[in-house]
Amino acid sequence: MSEDLSSLKRRPWGMTLRQDTWWIVPLVVFLVLTSFVVYATWAAFQNEHYVHRNYLSPFYSPLLFTGGDMGISGDGHQHGLFGDKPGWWLLPFFSPALLILPFPAGFRMTCYYYRGAYYKAFWADPSACAVGEPRNNYLGENSLPLILQNIHRYFLYFAILFLFILAYDAFSAFFFDNDGDGKFTNFGVGVGTLVLCMNVFLLTGYTFGCHSLRHLVGGWMDIFSSTPAKTKCYDCVSCLNRQHMVWAWCSLLWVAFSDVYVRLCSMGIWTDVYFTFT
Amino acid sequence: MARVTFKIWRGDKQAGEFKEYNTEVSEGMVVLDAVHQIQAESANDLACRWNCKAGKCGSCSAEINGMPRLMCMTRLNDMNLDEPVSIEPMRAFPVMKDLVTDVSWNYRVKKKIKPFKPRLPDNDDGSWNMQQQDVERVQEFRKCIECFLCQDVCHVLRDHHKHDEFIGPRYFVYNAALEMHPLDEEDRLADLKKSQGIGYCNITKCCTKVCPENITITDNAIIPLKERVVDEFYDPLTKLFRIFKPRK
Repeated sequence: MSEDLSSLKRRPWGMTLRQDTWWIVPLVVFLVLTSFVVYATWAAFQNEHYVHRNYLSPFYSPLLFTGGDMGISGDGHQHGLFGDKPGWWLLPFFSPALLILPFPAGFRMTCYYYRGAYYKAFWADPSACAVGEPRNNYLGENSLPLILQNIHRYFLYFAILFLFILAYDAFSAFFFDNDGDGKFTNFGVGVGTLVLCMNVFLLTGYTFGCHSLRHLVGGWMDIFSSTPAKTKCYDCVSCLNRQHMVWAWCSLLWVAFSDVYVRLCSMGIWTDVYFTFT
Repeated sequence: MARVTFKIWRGDKQAGEFKEYNTEVSEGMVVLDAVHQIQAESANDLACRWNCKAGKCGSCSAEINGMPRLMCMTRLNDMNLDEPVSIEPMRAFPVMKDLVTDVSWNYRVKKKIKPFKPRLPDNDDGSWNMQQQDVERVQEFRKCIECFLCQDVCHVLRDHHKHDEFIGPRYFVYNAALEMHPLDEEDRLADLKKSQGIGYCNITKCCTKVCPENITITDNAIIPLKERVVDEFYDPLTKLFRIFKPRK
Protein backbone atom coordinates (compact mmCIF):
# COMPACT_ATOMS: atom_id res chain seq x y z
CA MET A 1 0.00 0.00 0.00
CA SER A 2 1.41 3.35 -1.01
CA GLU A 3 2.05 6.02 1.54
CA ASP A 4 -0.46 8.84 1.12
CA LEU A 5 1.39 12.03 1.79
CA SER A 6 -0.91 14.56 0.26
CA SER A 7 -3.70 16.01 2.32
CA LEU A 8 -5.67 17.79 -0.40
CA LYS A 9 -8.32 15.64 -2.06
CA ARG A 10 -7.40 14.55 -5.57
CA ARG A 11 -9.40 16.16 -8.30
CA PRO A 12 -11.75 14.10 -10.48
CA TRP A 13 -11.12 13.56 -14.17
CA GLY A 14 -10.73 16.74 -16.16
CA MET A 15 -10.96 19.00 -13.12
CA THR A 16 -8.30 21.65 -12.72
CA LEU A 17 -7.89 25.26 -11.76
CA ARG A 18 -5.94 25.89 -14.95
CA GLN A 19 -7.45 28.72 -16.96
CA ASP A 20 -5.67 28.04 -20.22
CA THR A 21 -7.01 25.83 -23.01
CA TRP A 22 -5.10 22.77 -21.78
CA TRP A 23 -7.46 20.37 -23.57
CA ILE A 24 -6.54 21.52 -27.10
CA VAL A 25 -3.22 19.67 -27.38
CA PRO A 26 -4.52 16.25 -26.23
CA LEU A 27 -7.57 16.70 -28.45
CA VAL A 28 -5.46 17.50 -31.52
CA VAL A 29 -3.14 14.57 -30.75
CA PHE A 30 -6.15 12.29 -30.39
CA LEU A 31 -7.68 13.43 -33.68
CA VAL A 32 -4.47 13.33 -35.72
CA LEU A 33 -3.30 9.97 -34.41
CA THR A 34 -6.74 8.42 -34.78
CA SER A 35 -7.03 9.74 -38.33
CA PHE A 36 -3.60 8.40 -39.19
CA VAL A 37 -4.30 4.95 -37.74
CA VAL A 38 -7.66 4.74 -39.53
CA TYR A 39 -6.16 5.85 -42.86
CA ALA A 40 -3.06 3.63 -42.55
CA THR A 41 -5.20 0.59 -41.69
CA TRP A 42 -7.52 1.27 -44.61
CA ALA A 43 -4.57 1.79 -46.96
CA ALA A 44 -2.84 -1.36 -45.73
CA PHE A 45 -5.90 -3.47 -46.52
CA GLN A 46 -6.36 -2.02 -50.00
CA ASN A 47 -3.53 -4.04 -51.52
CA GLU A 48 -3.64 -1.98 -54.71
CA HIS A 49 -2.67 1.42 -56.07
CA TYR A 50 0.56 1.50 -54.14
CA VAL A 51 2.81 1.78 -57.18
CA HIS A 52 2.72 4.50 -59.78
CA ARG A 53 5.40 4.14 -62.47
CA ASN A 54 8.66 4.50 -60.53
CA TYR A 55 6.99 5.60 -57.32
CA LEU A 56 6.31 3.17 -54.50
CA SER A 57 4.15 4.03 -51.51
CA PRO A 58 6.16 3.92 -48.24
CA PHE A 59 3.36 1.84 -46.71
CA TYR A 60 4.22 -0.96 -49.13
CA SER A 61 7.98 -0.59 -49.10
CA PRO A 62 9.96 -2.74 -49.54
CA LEU A 63 8.06 -4.18 -52.47
CA LEU A 64 7.71 -7.79 -51.43
CA PHE A 65 6.25 -9.30 -54.59
CA THR A 66 5.58 -8.34 -58.14
CA GLY A 67 2.89 -9.97 -60.18
CA GLY A 68 0.31 -9.32 -62.84
CA ASP A 69 -2.63 -9.36 -60.49
CA MET A 70 -1.03 -6.66 -58.43
CA GLY A 71 -0.80 -4.36 -61.40
CA ILE A 72 2.96 -4.14 -61.07
CA SER A 73 5.39 -4.89 -63.81
CA GLY A 74 8.30 -7.06 -62.87
CA ASP A 75 10.48 -5.12 -65.30
CA GLY A 76 12.56 -2.06 -64.75
CA HIS A 77 13.88 -1.23 -61.33
CA GLN A 78 10.73 -2.15 -59.44
CA HIS A 79 11.80 -5.66 -58.59
CA GLY A 80 9.93 -7.32 -55.78
CA LEU A 81 12.09 -8.42 -52.90
CA PHE A 82 10.93 -11.99 -53.39
CA GLY A 83 10.28 -11.81 -57.13
CA ASP A 84 6.87 -12.66 -58.51
CA LYS A 85 4.13 -13.57 -56.11
CA PRO A 86 4.66 -17.30 -55.50
CA GLY A 87 2.07 -19.89 -56.35
CA TRP A 88 1.94 -21.06 -52.75
CA TRP A 89 0.83 -17.63 -51.58
CA LEU A 90 -2.41 -18.81 -50.06
CA LEU A 91 -3.76 -15.49 -48.95
CA PRO A 92 -4.81 -13.65 -52.09
CA PHE A 93 -6.25 -10.77 -50.12
CA PHE A 94 -3.43 -10.56 -47.65
CA SER A 95 -1.75 -7.23 -48.18
CA PRO A 96 2.06 -7.01 -47.95
CA ALA A 97 1.59 -3.77 -46.05
CA LEU A 98 0.34 -5.84 -43.14
CA LEU A 99 3.75 -7.47 -42.98
CA ILE A 100 5.61 -4.18 -43.37
CA LEU A 101 3.70 -1.66 -41.26
CA PRO A 102 4.09 -3.35 -37.85
CA PHE A 103 7.76 -2.33 -37.82
CA PRO A 104 7.38 1.44 -38.27
CA ALA A 105 4.19 1.28 -36.20
CA GLY A 106 6.10 -0.43 -33.39
CA PHE A 107 8.83 2.19 -33.62
CA ARG A 108 6.32 5.00 -33.20
CA MET A 109 4.24 3.21 -30.58
CA THR A 110 7.27 2.74 -28.35
CA CYS A 111 8.81 6.15 -29.11
CA TYR A 112 9.39 8.18 -25.96
CA TYR A 113 7.72 11.24 -27.44
CA TYR A 114 4.62 9.46 -28.71
CA ARG A 115 4.28 7.53 -25.47
CA GLY A 116 3.87 10.72 -23.49
CA ALA A 117 1.54 12.13 -26.13
CA TYR A 118 -0.80 9.19 -26.47
CA TYR A 119 -0.91 8.40 -22.74
CA LYS A 120 -2.35 11.87 -22.39
CA ALA A 121 -4.61 11.90 -25.43
CA PHE A 122 -5.98 8.35 -25.34
CA TRP A 123 -5.61 7.23 -21.76
CA ALA A 124 -5.92 10.54 -19.88
CA ASP A 125 -3.00 9.53 -17.71
CA PRO A 126 -3.07 12.51 -17.19
CA SER A 127 -5.00 14.43 -19.88
CA ALA A 128 -2.68 17.38 -19.27
CA CYS A 129 -0.33 18.57 -16.55
CA ALA A 130 -2.07 19.22 -13.22
CA VAL A 131 -5.43 17.99 -14.51
CA GLY A 132 -7.41 15.32 -12.64
CA GLU A 133 -7.29 11.71 -13.86
CA PRO A 134 -10.09 9.19 -14.36
CA ARG A 135 -8.50 6.20 -12.60
CA ASN A 136 -7.20 5.56 -9.11
CA ASN A 137 -4.91 2.65 -9.94
CA TYR A 138 -1.70 3.18 -11.84
CA LEU A 139 0.98 0.75 -12.95
CA GLY A 140 3.00 2.93 -15.29
CA GLU A 141 5.57 1.17 -17.44
CA ASN A 142 6.52 -1.13 -14.59
CA SER A 143 4.49 -4.15 -15.58
CA LEU A 144 2.85 -5.77 -18.59
CA PRO A 145 1.84 -4.62 -21.11
CA LEU A 146 3.64 -1.27 -20.92
CA ILE A 147 6.91 -2.78 -19.75
CA LEU A 148 7.26 -3.86 -23.38
CA GLN A 149 7.94 -0.22 -24.26
CA ASN A 150 11.51 -1.04 -23.25
CA ILE A 151 12.07 -2.82 -26.56
CA HIS A 152 12.01 0.52 -28.37
CA ARG A 153 15.65 0.19 -29.45
CA TYR A 154 14.90 -3.03 -31.32
CA PHE A 155 12.26 -1.22 -33.35
CA LEU A 156 14.88 1.48 -33.90
CA TYR A 157 17.16 -1.05 -35.60
CA PHE A 158 14.33 -1.93 -38.01
CA ALA A 159 13.52 1.76 -38.52
CA ILE A 160 17.11 2.43 -39.62
CA LEU A 161 16.89 -0.51 -42.03
CA PHE A 162 13.67 0.96 -43.42
CA LEU A 163 15.40 4.28 -44.00
CA PHE A 164 17.80 2.59 -46.39
CA ILE A 165 14.91 0.90 -48.16
CA LEU A 166 12.97 4.15 -48.48
CA ALA A 167 16.12 5.95 -49.62
CA TYR A 168 16.43 3.35 -52.38
CA ASP A 169 12.79 4.00 -53.33
CA ALA A 170 13.45 7.73 -53.44
CA PHE A 171 16.55 7.13 -55.56
CA SER A 172 14.50 4.94 -57.90
CA ALA A 173 11.96 7.75 -58.18
CA PHE A 174 14.55 9.71 -60.20
CA PHE A 175 14.46 7.19 -63.05
CA PHE A 176 11.57 7.29 -65.49
CA ASP A 177 10.49 5.19 -68.41
CA ASN A 178 10.12 7.61 -71.33
CA ASP A 179 9.88 4.95 -74.01
CA GLY A 180 7.29 2.81 -72.30
CA ASP A 181 9.50 -0.22 -72.71
CA GLY A 182 9.43 -1.03 -69.02
CA LYS A 183 13.03 0.12 -68.52
CA PHE A 184 13.34 2.93 -66.01
CA THR A 185 16.56 4.49 -67.27
CA ASN A 186 15.68 8.12 -67.98
CA PHE A 187 16.97 10.38 -65.24
CA GLY A 188 14.54 13.07 -64.21
CA VAL A 189 12.56 14.68 -61.44
CA GLY A 190 8.86 14.58 -60.78
CA VAL A 191 6.62 15.90 -58.04
CA GLY A 192 6.47 12.32 -56.75
CA THR A 193 10.27 12.24 -56.60
CA LEU A 194 10.25 15.29 -54.37
CA VAL A 195 7.46 13.84 -52.24
CA LEU A 196 9.40 10.60 -51.67
CA CYS A 197 12.68 12.44 -51.03
CA MET A 198 11.01 14.66 -48.48
CA ASN A 199 9.59 11.55 -46.86
CA VAL A 200 13.07 10.09 -46.44
CA PHE A 201 14.41 13.41 -45.16
CA LEU A 202 11.72 13.75 -42.50
CA LEU A 203 11.90 10.12 -41.45
CA THR A 204 15.68 10.41 -41.16
CA GLY A 205 15.34 13.47 -38.94
CA TYR A 206 12.84 11.61 -36.78
CA THR A 207 14.75 8.32 -36.60
CA PHE A 208 18.16 9.86 -36.00
CA GLY A 209 16.79 12.04 -33.22
CA CYS A 210 15.51 9.01 -31.32
CA HIS A 211 16.20 8.96 -27.58
CA SER A 212 17.36 5.35 -27.75
CA LEU A 213 19.79 6.15 -30.54
CA ARG A 214 21.06 9.09 -28.54
CA HIS A 215 21.82 6.68 -25.73
CA LEU A 216 23.33 4.01 -27.96
CA VAL A 217 25.69 6.32 -29.85
CA GLY A 218 27.16 7.91 -26.76
CA GLY A 219 24.65 8.67 -24.03
CA TRP A 220 25.67 5.53 -22.19
CA MET A 221 29.19 6.91 -21.69
CA ASP A 222 30.23 9.08 -18.77
CA ILE A 223 33.48 10.27 -20.32
CA PHE A 224 33.20 11.93 -23.72
CA SER A 225 36.60 13.52 -24.10
CA SER A 226 38.37 10.25 -24.88
CA THR A 227 36.10 9.37 -27.81
CA PRO A 228 35.68 12.39 -30.12
CA ALA A 229 33.91 10.45 -32.90
CA LYS A 230 31.26 9.07 -30.54
CA THR A 231 30.90 12.49 -28.95
CA LYS A 232 30.28 14.05 -32.36
CA CYS A 233 27.61 11.42 -33.07
CA TYR A 234 26.06 12.04 -29.66
CA ASP A 235 26.00 15.79 -30.29
CA CYS A 236 24.39 15.33 -33.71
CA VAL A 237 21.69 13.02 -32.38
CA SER A 238 21.13 15.35 -29.42
CA CYS A 239 20.68 18.23 -31.85
CA LEU A 240 17.94 16.36 -33.73
CA ASN A 241 16.52 15.07 -30.46
CA ARG A 242 15.78 18.59 -29.23
CA GLN A 243 13.11 18.88 -31.93
CA HIS A 244 12.04 15.24 -31.80
CA MET A 245 8.38 16.17 -31.45
CA VAL A 246 8.45 18.32 -34.58
CA TRP A 247 10.21 15.61 -36.59
CA ALA A 248 7.74 13.04 -35.24
CA TRP A 249 4.67 14.91 -36.42
CA CYS A 250 6.07 16.13 -39.73
CA SER A 251 7.32 12.67 -40.69
CA LEU A 252 4.05 11.04 -39.65
CA LEU A 253 1.93 13.39 -41.72
CA TRP A 254 4.30 13.28 -44.68
CA VAL A 255 4.45 9.50 -44.82
CA ALA A 256 0.66 9.46 -45.01
CA PHE A 257 0.72 12.15 -47.68
CA SER A 258 3.29 10.15 -49.67
CA ASP A 259 0.92 7.20 -49.73
CA VAL A 260 -1.97 9.46 -50.71
CA TYR A 261 0.10 10.96 -53.52
CA VAL A 262 1.15 7.62 -55.00
CA ARG A 263 -2.35 6.22 -54.54
CA LEU A 264 -4.13 9.10 -56.25
CA CYS A 265 -1.60 9.15 -59.11
CA SER A 266 -1.99 5.42 -59.51
CA MET A 267 -5.77 5.78 -59.58
CA GLY A 268 -5.48 8.48 -62.21
CA ILE A 269 -7.08 11.12 -60.01
CA TRP A 270 -3.88 13.16 -59.75
CA THR A 271 -1.40 13.55 -62.58
CA ASP A 272 2.25 13.47 -61.68
CA VAL A 273 4.27 16.19 -63.38
CA TYR A 274 7.84 15.26 -64.22
CA PHE A 275 10.61 16.02 -66.66
CA THR A 276 13.62 14.01 -67.63
CA PHE A 277 17.16 15.04 -68.53
CA THR A 278 18.03 12.00 -70.62
CA MET B 1 -3.26 50.23 -10.64
CA ALA B 2 -6.17 47.83 -10.46
CA ARG B 3 -8.03 45.87 -7.84
CA VAL B 4 -7.67 42.16 -8.32
CA THR B 5 -9.38 39.25 -6.58
CA PHE B 6 -7.25 36.42 -5.27
CA LYS B 7 -8.68 33.08 -4.16
CA ILE B 8 -6.22 31.75 -1.63
CA TRP B 9 -6.49 28.31 -0.04
CA ARG B 10 -6.69 28.63 3.73
CA GLY B 11 -6.60 25.68 6.07
CA ASP B 12 -4.45 22.97 7.54
CA LYS B 13 -3.94 19.21 7.38
CA GLN B 14 -7.52 18.49 8.42
CA ALA B 15 -9.56 20.87 6.29
CA GLY B 16 -9.48 24.03 4.30
CA GLU B 17 -11.15 26.12 1.63
CA PHE B 18 -10.55 28.96 -0.79
CA LYS B 19 -11.07 32.46 0.60
CA GLU B 20 -11.31 35.56 -1.52
CA TYR B 21 -9.16 38.61 -1.00
CA ASN B 22 -9.14 41.85 -2.88
CA THR B 23 -6.05 43.96 -3.24
CA GLU B 24 -4.55 46.69 -5.36
CA VAL B 25 -1.90 45.57 -7.78
CA SER B 26 0.55 47.64 -9.77
CA GLU B 27 2.86 47.12 -12.70
CA GLY B 28 5.80 44.81 -12.07
CA MET B 29 4.21 42.97 -9.15
CA VAL B 30 4.57 39.22 -8.84
CA VAL B 31 2.15 36.88 -7.10
CA LEU B 32 4.33 36.78 -3.98
CA ASP B 33 4.09 40.59 -3.71
CA ALA B 34 0.32 40.34 -3.83
CA VAL B 35 0.30 37.62 -1.17
CA HIS B 36 2.48 39.77 1.08
CA GLN B 37 0.17 42.72 0.51
CA ILE B 38 -2.85 40.60 1.43
CA GLN B 39 -0.98 39.43 4.55
CA ALA B 40 -0.37 43.03 5.51
CA GLU B 41 -3.86 44.31 4.70
CA SER B 42 -6.36 41.61 5.53
CA ALA B 43 -4.89 38.25 6.48
CA ASN B 44 -2.12 38.62 9.03
CA ASP B 45 -2.25 34.92 9.82
CA LEU B 46 -1.82 33.75 6.20
CA ALA B 47 1.08 31.27 6.14
CA CYS B 48 3.42 31.43 3.16
CA ARG B 49 7.01 30.24 2.80
CA TRP B 50 9.42 32.50 0.96
CA ASN B 51 12.98 33.63 1.10
CA CYS B 52 14.95 35.11 -1.82
CA LYS B 53 12.24 36.61 -4.05
CA ALA B 54 14.59 35.91 -6.96
CA GLY B 55 13.67 32.39 -8.06
CA LYS B 56 16.77 30.86 -6.55
CA CYS B 57 15.77 29.50 -3.15
CA GLY B 58 12.81 27.40 -4.24
CA SER B 59 10.78 28.25 -1.14
CA CYS B 60 7.65 29.91 -2.53
CA SER B 61 6.36 27.00 -4.60
CA ALA B 62 2.59 26.94 -4.95
CA GLU B 63 -0.11 26.30 -7.52
CA ILE B 64 -1.15 29.47 -9.28
CA ASN B 65 -4.23 29.16 -11.44
CA GLY B 66 -3.80 25.41 -11.23
CA MET B 67 -0.18 25.20 -12.37
CA PRO B 68 2.77 24.62 -10.04
CA ARG B 69 4.92 27.75 -10.10
CA LEU B 70 7.18 29.89 -7.98
CA MET B 71 5.13 32.78 -6.60
CA CYS B 72 8.12 35.12 -6.82
CA MET B 73 8.62 34.43 -10.53
CA THR B 74 5.00 34.70 -11.65
CA ARG B 75 4.29 38.17 -12.87
CA LEU B 76 0.75 39.43 -12.50
CA ASN B 77 0.81 41.26 -15.83
CA ASP B 78 1.23 37.90 -17.57
CA MET B 79 -2.09 36.72 -16.15
CA ASN B 80 -5.73 37.38 -16.86
CA LEU B 81 -6.63 39.60 -13.95
CA ASP B 82 -10.28 39.93 -14.92
CA GLU B 83 -10.78 36.49 -13.36
CA PRO B 84 -9.83 35.74 -9.73
CA VAL B 85 -6.28 34.42 -9.41
CA SER B 86 -6.26 31.15 -7.49
CA ILE B 87 -3.35 30.24 -5.22
CA GLU B 88 -3.17 26.90 -3.44
CA PRO B 89 -0.45 24.84 -1.80
CA MET B 90 1.38 22.05 -3.64
CA ARG B 91 -0.98 19.10 -3.86
CA ALA B 92 1.63 16.34 -3.76
CA PHE B 93 2.65 17.07 -0.17
CA PRO B 94 0.84 17.42 3.16
CA VAL B 95 -0.39 20.88 4.00
CA MET B 96 1.01 22.38 7.18
CA LYS B 97 -0.92 25.63 7.02
CA ASP B 98 -2.38 27.64 4.15
CA LEU B 99 0.25 27.76 1.39
CA VAL B 100 2.94 25.96 3.35
CA THR B 101 3.48 22.27 2.73
CA ASP B 102 5.65 19.71 4.48
CA VAL B 103 8.24 18.71 1.90
CA SER B 104 10.39 16.68 4.28
CA TRP B 105 9.56 13.48 2.38
CA ASN B 106 11.91 14.73 -0.32
CA TYR B 107 14.84 14.92 2.07
CA ARG B 108 14.14 11.42 3.34
CA VAL B 109 14.17 10.17 -0.25
CA LYS B 110 17.45 11.94 -0.97
CA LYS B 111 19.14 10.19 1.94
CA LYS B 112 18.34 6.81 0.41
CA ILE B 113 20.13 7.51 -2.87
CA LYS B 114 23.64 6.06 -3.04
CA PRO B 115 26.08 8.97 -2.63
CA PHE B 116 28.88 10.04 -4.93
CA LYS B 117 31.66 7.46 -5.06
CA PRO B 118 34.64 8.80 -7.00
CA ARG B 119 37.23 6.58 -8.59
CA LEU B 120 40.75 6.54 -7.15
CA PRO B 121 42.55 9.87 -7.67
CA ASP B 122 44.43 10.30 -10.93
CA ASN B 123 47.31 12.16 -9.37
CA ASP B 124 49.61 11.71 -6.38
CA ASP B 125 48.23 14.80 -4.68
CA GLY B 126 44.78 13.19 -4.52
CA SER B 127 43.27 15.18 -7.38
CA TRP B 128 41.51 14.07 -10.52
CA ASN B 129 41.78 15.13 -14.13
CA MET B 130 38.51 16.09 -15.77
CA GLN B 131 37.60 17.74 -19.04
CA GLN B 132 34.88 20.39 -19.19
CA GLN B 133 33.29 18.37 -21.97
CA ASP B 134 32.79 15.48 -19.55
CA VAL B 135 31.00 17.46 -16.87
CA GLU B 136 28.89 19.66 -19.12
CA ARG B 137 26.00 17.24 -19.17
CA VAL B 138 25.72 16.99 -15.40
CA GLN B 139 26.13 20.72 -14.89
CA GLU B 140 22.61 21.22 -16.18
CA PHE B 141 21.33 19.07 -13.32
CA ARG B 142 23.23 21.11 -10.76
CA LYS B 143 20.99 24.09 -11.54
CA CYS B 144 18.17 22.48 -9.54
CA ILE B 145 16.98 24.72 -6.70
CA GLU B 146 14.85 22.00 -5.08
CA CYS B 147 11.60 23.91 -5.36
CA PHE B 148 9.84 20.54 -5.82
CA LEU B 149 7.49 21.89 -8.46
CA CYS B 150 8.43 18.89 -10.63
CA GLN B 151 7.53 16.55 -7.79
CA ASP B 152 4.25 18.40 -7.34
CA VAL B 153 3.16 18.25 -10.97
CA CYS B 154 4.15 14.61 -11.44
CA HIS B 155 0.88 12.68 -11.52
CA VAL B 156 2.53 9.58 -10.04
CA LEU B 157 2.94 11.49 -6.77
CA ARG B 158 0.19 14.06 -7.13
CA ASP B 159 -2.69 11.80 -8.15
CA HIS B 160 -1.49 8.27 -7.45
CA HIS B 161 0.42 8.97 -4.22
CA LYS B 162 3.18 6.46 -4.94
CA HIS B 163 5.50 8.20 -2.50
CA ASP B 164 6.92 4.96 -1.15
CA GLU B 165 7.60 3.38 -4.56
CA PHE B 166 8.59 6.34 -6.70
CA ILE B 167 11.17 9.02 -5.98
CA GLY B 168 9.91 11.62 -8.46
CA PRO B 169 11.60 13.73 -11.15
CA ARG B 170 13.75 15.76 -8.76
CA TYR B 171 15.52 12.64 -7.60
CA PHE B 172 15.90 11.22 -11.06
CA VAL B 173 17.74 14.44 -11.86
CA TYR B 174 19.83 13.94 -8.74
CA ASN B 175 20.51 10.33 -9.71
CA ALA B 176 21.43 11.41 -13.25
CA ALA B 177 23.89 13.99 -11.91
CA LEU B 178 25.63 11.23 -9.98
CA GLU B 179 25.26 8.40 -12.50
CA MET B 180 26.60 10.45 -15.41
CA HIS B 181 29.42 12.05 -13.45
CA PRO B 182 32.76 11.18 -15.05
CA LEU B 183 34.36 10.31 -11.71
CA ASP B 184 31.53 8.35 -10.15
CA GLU B 185 31.80 4.59 -9.97
CA GLU B 186 28.65 3.70 -8.05
CA ASP B 187 25.93 1.63 -9.70
CA ARG B 188 22.43 2.92 -9.00
CA LEU B 189 20.56 1.18 -11.79
CA ALA B 190 19.11 -1.63 -9.71
CA ASP B 191 17.78 0.90 -7.20
CA LEU B 192 16.33 3.03 -10.00
CA LYS B 193 14.44 0.07 -11.37
CA LYS B 194 13.31 -1.51 -8.13
CA SER B 195 13.00 0.75 -5.12
CA GLN B 196 12.94 4.11 -6.93
CA GLY B 197 10.33 3.18 -9.52
CA ILE B 198 11.64 4.77 -12.69
CA GLY B 199 9.24 2.53 -14.60
CA TYR B 200 6.33 4.52 -13.18
CA CYS B 201 7.36 7.56 -15.21
CA ASN B 202 5.23 7.68 -18.34
CA ILE B 203 7.03 10.64 -19.88
CA THR B 204 4.34 13.28 -19.62
CA LYS B 205 7.10 15.91 -19.56
CA CYS B 206 5.11 17.96 -17.06
CA CYS B 207 8.19 18.13 -14.82
CA THR B 208 10.16 19.74 -17.63
CA LYS B 209 7.35 22.22 -18.28
CA VAL B 210 7.21 23.54 -14.73
CA CYS B 211 10.94 23.63 -13.94
CA PRO B 212 11.83 27.27 -13.17
CA GLU B 213 15.47 26.54 -13.99
CA ASN B 214 14.52 25.14 -17.41
CA ILE B 215 16.24 21.82 -16.77
CA THR B 216 15.28 19.40 -19.52
CA ILE B 217 14.35 16.84 -16.90
CA THR B 218 12.63 14.26 -19.06
CA ASP B 219 14.88 14.24 -22.12
CA ASN B 220 18.22 14.74 -20.42
CA ALA B 221 17.78 12.96 -17.10
CA ILE B 222 14.85 10.55 -16.94
CA ILE B 223 14.95 9.04 -20.44
CA PRO B 224 18.75 8.53 -20.39
CA LEU B 225 18.36 6.80 -17.02
CA LYS B 226 15.52 4.68 -18.42
CA GLU B 227 17.82 3.71 -21.28
CA ARG B 228 20.56 2.72 -18.84
CA VAL B 229 18.03 0.59 -16.99
CA VAL B 230 17.08 -1.00 -20.32
CA ASP B 231 20.78 -1.77 -20.93
CA GLU B 232 21.03 -3.48 -17.60
CA PHE B 233 17.73 -5.31 -17.31
CA TYR B 234 15.84 -5.54 -20.59
CA ASP B 235 18.31 -5.71 -23.45
CA PRO B 236 20.33 -8.92 -23.60
CA LEU B 237 22.27 -7.81 -26.68
CA THR B 238 23.56 -4.60 -25.18
CA LYS B 239 24.36 -6.35 -21.94
CA LEU B 240 26.43 -8.86 -23.84
CA PHE B 241 28.16 -6.09 -25.77
CA ARG B 242 28.97 -4.18 -22.56
CA ILE B 243 30.71 -7.23 -21.08
CA PHE B 244 33.41 -6.63 -23.65
CA LYS B 245 33.18 -2.86 -23.53
CA PRO B 246 32.60 -1.45 -20.03
CA ARG B 247 30.72 1.79 -19.48
CA LYS B 248 33.37 3.99 -17.87
